[in-house]
Amino acid sequence: MIHSLFLAKEKAGDPENVAPVLQTPHHYLISIYRDKLFFVSVTQTEVPPLFVIEFLHRVADTFQDYFGECSESVIKDNTVTVYELLEEMLDNGFPLATESNVLKEMIRPPTILRSVVNTLTGGSNVGGTLPTGQLSNVPWRRVGVKYTNNEAYFDVIEEIDAILDKSGTTVFAEIQGVIEACVKLSGMPDLTLSFMNPRLLDDVSFHPCVRFKRWESERVLSFIPPDGNFRLLSYHVSSQNLVAIPVYVKQNISFLETGSCGRLDITIGPKQTMGKMVESLMVTIPMPKSVLNVNLIATQGTYTFDLSTKVLLWDIGKLNPQKLPNLRGSLSVQPGAPKPEENPSINIDLKIQQLAISGLKVSRLDMYGEKYKPFKGVKYVTKAGKFQVRT
Amino acid sequence: MNGGLSSLRSEAAGAMRTVLVSAESLQLTLKPELTQEEQALTQSGRKAKEAHTAGNEDLKEMLESNKESLKLEAMKRIVQLISKGKKSSDLFPAVVKNVASKNIELKKLVYVYLVRYAEEQQDLALLSISTFQRALKDPNQFIRASALRVLSSIRVPIIVPIMMLAIKEAASDLSPYVRKTSAHAIQKLYSLDADQKEHLIEVIEKLLKDKSTLVAGSVVMAFEEVCPDRIDLIHKNYRKLCNLLVDVEEWGQVVIINMLTRYARTQFTSPWKEDAVFDDNEKAFYDSDSEEKQGQKEAKPYIMDPDHRLLLRNTKPLLQSRNTAVVMAVAQLYWHLAPKHEVSIVTKSLVRLLRSHREVQYVVLENIATMSIQRKGMFEPYMKSFYVRSTDATHIKTLKLEILTNLANEANISTILREFQTYVKSQDKAFAAATIQAIGRCATNISEVTDTCLNGLVLLLSNRDETVVAESVVVIKKLLQTQPTQHSDIIKHMAKLFDNITVPMARASILWLMGEYCERVPKIAPDVLRKMAKSFTSEEDIVKLQTVNLAAKLYLTNSKQTKLLTQYILNLGKYDQNYDIRDRTRFIRQLIVPNEKSGTLNKYARRILLASKPAPVLESAFKDRDRFQLGTLSHSLNVKAAGYQELSDWPAVAPDPSVRNVEVIEPVREWAPSVGKAKQPKSDDKFYSDDEEKEEEGSGSGSEDSSSSSSGSSSSSEESGSESEEESSEESGKTSSDSGKSSSGSEASSSESEPEQKKKKRTKKATQRKSKQSAADSDSDENGSGPVGKTSSSSAESSSESDSEEDSDVDSPPPPSPPQKKTVAKTKPKVEVKTKKEVSLLDLDDFSPAPPSAPKSSVFSSSLLSDLEGLSLSNVSSAMQVTTPSFGPVKTYELLHHMTGKGFSAKYHFPRQPCLYQPSMVAVQVILTNSSDHSLEEIHIGDRSPASLNIHCFNTVERLEPGASVTVSMGIDFSDSTQAANFQLCTKEDQFSVSIQPAVGELLMPSTMTEPDFCNEQKKLMGMNETSASITMATANTSKQNISKQVLSVANVGVVSSGQNDLQRFAGRTVSSGALVLVTLELREASTALLTINTEKSVMASMLLRDLKQALSQS
Repeated sequence: MIHSLFLAKEKAGDPENVAPVLQTPHHYLISIYRDKLFFVSVTQTEVPPLFVIEFLHRVADTFQDYFGECSESVIKDNTVTVYELLEEMLDNGFPLATESNVLKEMIRPPTILRSVVNTLTGGSNVGGTLPTGQLSNVPWRRVGVKYTNNEAYFDVIEEIDAILDKSGTTVFAEIQGVIEACVKLSGMPDLTLSFMNPRLLDDVSFHPCVRFKRWESERVLSFIPPDGNFRLLSYHVSSQNLVAIPVYVKQNISFLETGSCGRLDITIGPKQTMGKMVESLMVTIPMPKSVLNVNLIATQGTYTFDLSTKVLLWDIGKLNPQKLPNLRGSLSVQPGAPKPEENPSINIDLKIQQLAISGLKVSRLDMYGEKYKPFKGVKYVTKAGKFQVRT
Repeated sequence: MNGGLSSLRSEAAGAMRTVLVSAESLQLTLKPELTQEEQALTQSGRKAKEAHTAGNEDLKEMLESNKESLKLEAMKRIVQLISKGKKSSDLFPAVVKNVASKNIELKKLVYVYLVRYAEEQQDLALLSISTFQRALKDPNQFIRASALRVLSSIRVPIIVPIMMLAIKEAASDLSPYVRKTSAHAIQKLYSLDADQKEHLIEVIEKLLKDKSTLVAGSVVMAFEEVCPDRIDLIHKNYRKLCNLLVDVEEWGQVVIINMLTRYARTQFTSPWKEDAVFDDNEKAFYDSDSEEKQGQKEAKPYIMDPDHRLLLRNTKPLLQSRNTAVVMAVAQLYWHLAPKHEVSIVTKSLVRLLRSHREVQYVVLENIATMSIQRKGMFEPYMKSFYVRSTDATHIKTLKLEILTNLANEANISTILREFQTYVKSQDKAFAAATIQAIGRCATNISEVTDTCLNGLVLLLSNRDETVVAESVVVIKKLLQTQPTQHSDIIKHMAKLFDNITVPMARASILWLMGEYCERVPKIAPDVLRKMAKSFTSEEDIVKLQTVNLAAKLYLTNSKQTKLLTQYILNLGKYDQNYDIRDRTRFIRQLIVPNEKSGTLNKYARRILLASKPAPVLESAFKDRDRFQLGTLSHSLNVKAAGYQELSDWPAVAPDPSVRNVEVIEPVREWAPSVGKAKQPKSDDKFYSDDEEKEEEGSGSGSEDSSSSSSGSSSSSEESGSESEEESSEESGKTSSDSGKSSSGSEASSSESEPEQKKKKRTKKATQRKSKQSAADSDSDENGSGPVGKTSSSSAESSSESDSEEDSDVDSPPPPSPPQKKTVAKTKPKVEVKTKKEVSLLDLDDFSPAPPSAPKSSVFSSSLLSDLEGLSLSNVSSAMQVTTPSFGPVKTYELLHHMTGKGFSAKYHFPRQPCLYQPSMVAVQVILTNSSDHSLEEIHIGDRSPASLNIHCFNTVERLEPGASVTVSMGIDFSDSTQAANFQLCTKEDQFSVSIQPAVGELLMPSTMTEPDFCNEQKKLMGMNETSASITMATANTSKQNISKQVLSVANVGVVSSGQNDLQRFAGRTVSSGALVLVTLELREASTALLTINTEKSVMASMLLRDLKQALSQS
């Protein structure tokens, strides 16, 4: 049964290419591939595939949440906790408790200190009562939360997805954003977050805690927050607005028709950065398989070329508008191999602090239901999402 | 019970049977990658086995010790053994003893073990049963629930009666959590013993009545598993489920939505019938057509069942869920149930899911592929979201390609083909080949581009890659087959290319083409054959076969020239090494060369070889997938999966809707409004119905008073619309009340239990409500947001209760229409006009497939916002914040003509957004175009005048290629004057003086405020600060909708919702100083109106007055 998955994997070459839904003679396999692991579910009957896929991702998220990472070794080391978790998350194939807050009340995440204490006292990691969230109509929050420092932080993170063509013209660009929150507030606070320009938000999806109807009528986010970290909102900026492209790329990658070499010359410069510094600039180029090695000089940052995957990675760091970073040199191509049909595309990663590129601004955060004055903070970051330059 | 158990035990051994545990509908397995797995398996050879049998001994000792910690440690190790797939069933007796342990973790681990091995060791498993039975009576609900969970997971047939009893008891437990567990247990018991079905259905029936949101999802899951055909169980619970839906946990939502989709298809009539007239793309306002449409409609009115509408309305908010499965479930529900013109609201959400994990993308794309075959219009505006990235996985790429192909039409084909050109060059050759096929499909579907595509494909023939060439030839072959008449050129071209093409498949295809259409290229074909005769021996087999075919065909058509050649080739073939070729040669020779042996077949040689072949059909691989319900496993695999429930066709006549009526009075009243509303005839108000739904949505959220007035009036206008389109005010008053009556009549028929008097009560209530609203706005605010606040503050209140409350709040507004008509009959016609405006604008946003434009935002939200603002206690004037841009057609102005700019031109417009750089600046977008023949470098802004002018320059454009254009945005602080901003636009070589002269209306930002606030502010700005004029409006501008459109096009102001119908108010603030600008338009008789502007900036006032006057007087 599982065998057919591996067969499919072999056939696809890259595990990323395995179709998530497979049929075997007696079963259906629905799988996800994350962190070099396959999470597979087996079913014999009709079920919405997304239902399963979404659940598997929640499982992986939960592992990540509990163990800090979700890798093979971590799962092997924590088999018992994994079993306990799955036991709580599923009952006869139906998802039971998938909220991390609820799970953590039932099964405490393993820490070194706790395991020492437990071995000494014979205590356990498993709670004996029904988590409070499970029954209330705010299942994402437990009661009796208490902090000495009450704080609420919101990170507005926007990602620019773009495809630029050879000449630098934008083929496709859009902004996707999320608001990640870290709320550590005592009691049952009721928060209201409003924006200066909510109309920018075109398509939104919320954490279940957000009251949809308030949003529909007033365009404010009103919610009782979960405790700790969570994603409050993800949004799409309406496509009417032009997307500012923060950097431009001048590139020239060419392979000679004959002979076994090619040339590469890439310069990156700021375009529409709203006066902010572009940081963590990184360029990734998956080279054609026939490229054997590269011999390049970078005016700034360092580059690496992975000989097995043929991925050229150029880590630039901060973008200095006065002295534009440049990477140039020659590529050695396997002798006799035909000239690559297509030049590799350039993927760019960057970060701009204190800027939401769409112009979205949080105007205020109000708290009701509790007396204390919380500490509030909003941070803006713009990142490159799937930012690709075709060459 | 314990006594009974011991007697049963003896039977247990006999009743043993092995059923795969995997019969559970969903099992989870974790697997590391193959390589590690294999290593693990090979390494743990025999050695490990010996070690572990020994290990099991000391585990046993540990389990039997007295120390909890030792036992726990042992259990952990056992679980680890299980995880490695090693047998530990021999420990069963030792483990089972610990089932009653006080230590919760230990207990849970024992449960894990027990569930796994109970089936193998049924006798021993029975030892644990009594412990569970005790736990089922535990005061702690958590313990009760987990006991039931494990008990029902033990697959031992002998305990079926015990399970049954436990389930029945748990189903009436006080704790909803335990009841939820019992719903899960139902499915487990059913899979263990299907004979219990009847009893289980009883429990399901009972649990379906449960009002807890916790139970709803699980019991519906049980229903789907055990008795999906017992639709009758749902009737009474239908409305409750619809209402609870939003509050059910996300997994339950998916199950319930899928079940309700199936339910609705059996209970309601199709909303599609008269929609069929409409193309999906068409969403225009059929003002002129509506009358003839009406004729049609009267012949065959479609009335959506209010319950049907309820389902659509209550699922819509879930499109915003973070759970992708929920979004997909709602999308498929709309696809299968909603009127065609409403389906497109799911588009945006589906496109959003494409940002999610790869696996989610895959499934969503599959569904979009199916949808896009039938409804191009839905996804066309989002075409770019399906552009392929080189980093996408291959199956994602192919799906995107599929969708792009489906979306191709005359308008966008050039864009798509340009995109395809990039893909053809992809390093992923399988994908490149798929692209070529896609091009082929576009070429056949869109006749305009057939030639372009063909030419493009011909060019690809010279590609270096074998797959690309082969695929191109194959596709060209197919294309030529569909329309061979015009393309002898291409065949000739291919003949020319023939020498350069080395790929055997491609060569063979060309030869086939030559042979098939040899009569169209009578000169070339023999020549090709001549060449082939030369190189025959060195060709690949498949080329040889086609050469033989070509020779035969030419022999038949042109034997004079090719007779000898053919004989030569046949001779070569006769002695070929490959037996296929020898065979073929022998066959062909017999067929075409007449001799005494060949007989009659010979006569038909021509008909055999040169028969016209049917053209292959190029169509989507997703063509037949629509037979499955979207979002299902069956759809994904395109195979009917076990347990798939077919969606039934709509019934021709709806079954009795009264079966869904519930006896309780509360909920019935709740439904009544929607009954009245759904009475409207459908076709003429394609747009009304939509917006109405929208309005309800809005009203649900909070501001009751705006919605009550607007939706009330909208329903009244619809009613009058049903009788005749436009009538005089009295008449429409009468007719609408008539139709109101008639609608109530049919209402009575639809729900007979409802007496007439209830309607009266309702109206009374509505009137009260109405008066209350006008009296105290703050009160209505509380009403509006109340339900939300309530649920949060008093969590003890059961959610279902609060929900129904919420709903009554939401739904009651519509009824006011009849009383309103009587009391304020005079204002009625105006109300109608106003509604219309909102209606059409709203519609645009809500249902147009195009990316939403702003109209709704300005009108709708400002009214809502302003209401709320007036209500909120905190702030009065400070709350009149500047809002987002109002809608207005964007006018573009010339900044630099290309003649003066030596080929460099610039245009600008005001995007009407708050400026990013400084709030006091006006945002300006400049489009720079290079129409010269050389590229321009370093485009930037130079000197400016007056020197104090505060400009935020755009970043220097490094380089602008010939023919390219770029849009840059800048900010200018005009200091509230219309004085032009002069500056120089510089390139590397040149400088051009340009100036931006803002229209006064662009120096404003819309501001939202309530009507009272507006009046207050207006009072402060009397006398000196007031400018007014009487204007005559063009006849086209007299409708309220057109007036605000005109005003908004001139000035960037916000609409102030107004209760008075002859008054229209707009409010704005100047961008720099933030001074208020209030515009009032008072309609007089005929087409005159009094236009008043109140602001302290008197210069601006007079200029604005002039602009507005001009705009309103011209149509």
